[in-house]
Amino acid sequence: MHSSPAGRRTRLVAGRVTRYALLVVMAVVVLFPIYITVVNALLPSAEIAHRPPVLFPTHPQWSTFSTAFSHAHLGIYLRNSAIVTVAITVAELVTSVLAAYAFAFIRFPLRNTVFVLCLATLMVPMEATVIPNYRTIEAFGWYNTFPALIVPFAASGVGIFLLRQAFLGIPRDLRDAAALDGYGHLRFLMRVAVPLSRPVLAAFGIFAFMGAWNQYLWPLIVTQTDSVRTVPIGLRQLSAANVNQIDVIFAGTLLGALPIFVLLIVFQRQLVRGLTAGSVKG
Amino acid sequence: MNGAGERWSRRAVREAAVAYLLLMPALVVFGIFVFYPLVKTAYLGFFTSPPAPNLPAHYVGLSQYRSVLGSSELRDDLWRTVQFVLYTVPVGIVLGIGLATLANQRLAGMQFFRTIYSSTVATSTAVASMIFFTLLNPEVGLFTYWLGKQGGNGVLQSPSLALPAVSVVTIWQNIGFTFILMSAALQSVPDDLLEAARVDGASSWYRFRTVTLPLLSPMIFFAATVGVIGGFQAFGQIDILTQGGPGNHTLVLIYDIYRQAFQYDNYGYAAVQSVALFAILLVLTSVQFRYFQRRVFYARSPHEEVR
Repeated sequence: MHSSPAGRRTRLVAGRVTRYALLVVMAVVVLFPIYITVVNALLPSAEIAHRPPVLFPTHPQWSTFSTAFSHAHLGIYLRNSAIVTVAITVAELVTSVLAAYAFAFIRFPLRNTVFVLCLATLMVPMEATVIPNYRTIEAFGWYNTFPALIVPFAASGVGIFLLRQAFLGIPRDLRDAAALDGYGHLRFLMRVAVPLSRPVLAAFGIFAFMGAWNQYLWPLIVTQTDSVRTVPIGLRQLSAANVNQIDVIFAGTLLGALPIFVLLIVFQRQLVRGLTAGSVKG
Repeated sequence: MNGAGERWSRRAVREAAVAYLLLMPALVVFGIFVFYPLVKTAYLGFFTSPPAPNLPAHYVGLSQYRSVLGSSELRDDLWRTVQFVLYTVPVGIVLGIGLATLANQRLAGMQFFRTIYSSTVATSTAVASMIFFTLLNPEVGLFTYWLGKQGGNGVLQSPSLALPAVSVVTIWQNIGFTFILMSAALQSVPDDLLEAARVDGASSWYRFRTVTLPLLSPMIFFAATVGVIGGFQAFGQIDILTQGGPGNHTLVLIYDIYRQAFQYDNYGYAAVQSVALFAILLVLTSVQFRYFQRRVFYARSPHEEVR
């Protein structure tokens, strides 16, 4: 094992090249489905079926996106998803902050029992309770309305758990000082507890947002018309559409994915924390 | 003294009232949409669904539970679900660890590759399924062409390939998530430990096996439980890609429940299947939960959580 400095340098460079090659190959594998979707969305239908396949759009056809937006109702689906997702996220944050505050800062009878009940909700998956929930929605007269999509998800066991943890981390001194200053519960919540827990709120907010955006089974069951259908259900409608519209399907799929991609890019750090802390993907 | 005690108790009552007022919204939602339907599902299992929607349901006691739980249909549903889990979880985790190891090197441009590897977290089940649905289209799909399947049955129409294909889509969709988990775990492996092994002349595979892998094992266990639970809940990809077909070759338990309840109006039957699904997920989540609690309470201080 005797090697000249030059030989060692060559080996080092060779090693680096192999590593980069591997990184690039895996990047191509992971990204290819998305890349080819973008390419196909930009190709006219005739060229999508062309063999050998066209892997780069030389004359991108941007109009497909506007067709998907209007003709395939993607605009409406996106609006509906935005309404439902924002409402669920805000509701989950508010109800979780309130409940977590009670658990963390107030002594009251049955506190532990109620807390365990909240955690127990994590063990009841929506999938196992859809039948009675569907009937409840019908009984409320909420079938095919936004409340049906929002209200059942207005509280979160994960949210309560994470925020309680965050609140319990607020130093005792701070609470004593606030009490001396005559802070009531509401003022302490708004001026101390919530601002100090912003990272956890952000992480959980993104976690909740993604979960709500990606919901599939429940919206499928309780919606009937495009006026309230969300993006995932809208995409399902697209898949039933006929094949000579395949470029529109590609474009619609991309438009449906776009909001979360933007979110990922803007909030990458919080997203990572949300996923690793909440640790359940919707 | 007496007066002070009375004032204290009045204060306690007021505090309790405030607490329950704050808890009210969450408890109402949980009560109506989590606990009530859980009990109600079990209850619905005692009734067989009427032949026509407007007729009353028929009380049959435990006999429906017995017949459904002992049926070969349920056994087949479960076996297909287990197969799906076995296809998706181990491969997903190995890929996740591989990608995380690749992107954890001290080379320029790693942030770029990390972003790419985690990019599929942005694809929902519906989006991922739609992408592959078109790529696997039996007539114009690119993958169909590359697999040499053009002109005949597509992959999704093949009895033997449909479930593996749905699994591949699921693996791809989850790879970003698994990558993020494994990267987080890898970054917490102390450098000096690896350095010490290197100085001792350990090969990189040996270092990985004896230092990195044991330290990753909690996260692997975690990803596995999340994956298994997710596998039992996988619905969207089945609905978009195969609808349980061809034949019943991709009919997993959750999809059968949906079909019985919402396509065949067979509520009682589906309720018993739901109870079975709940029981399975209860076991799986309690395993995960025990781990989750330990990790959050002992491995991390609450202070770290707040930062």
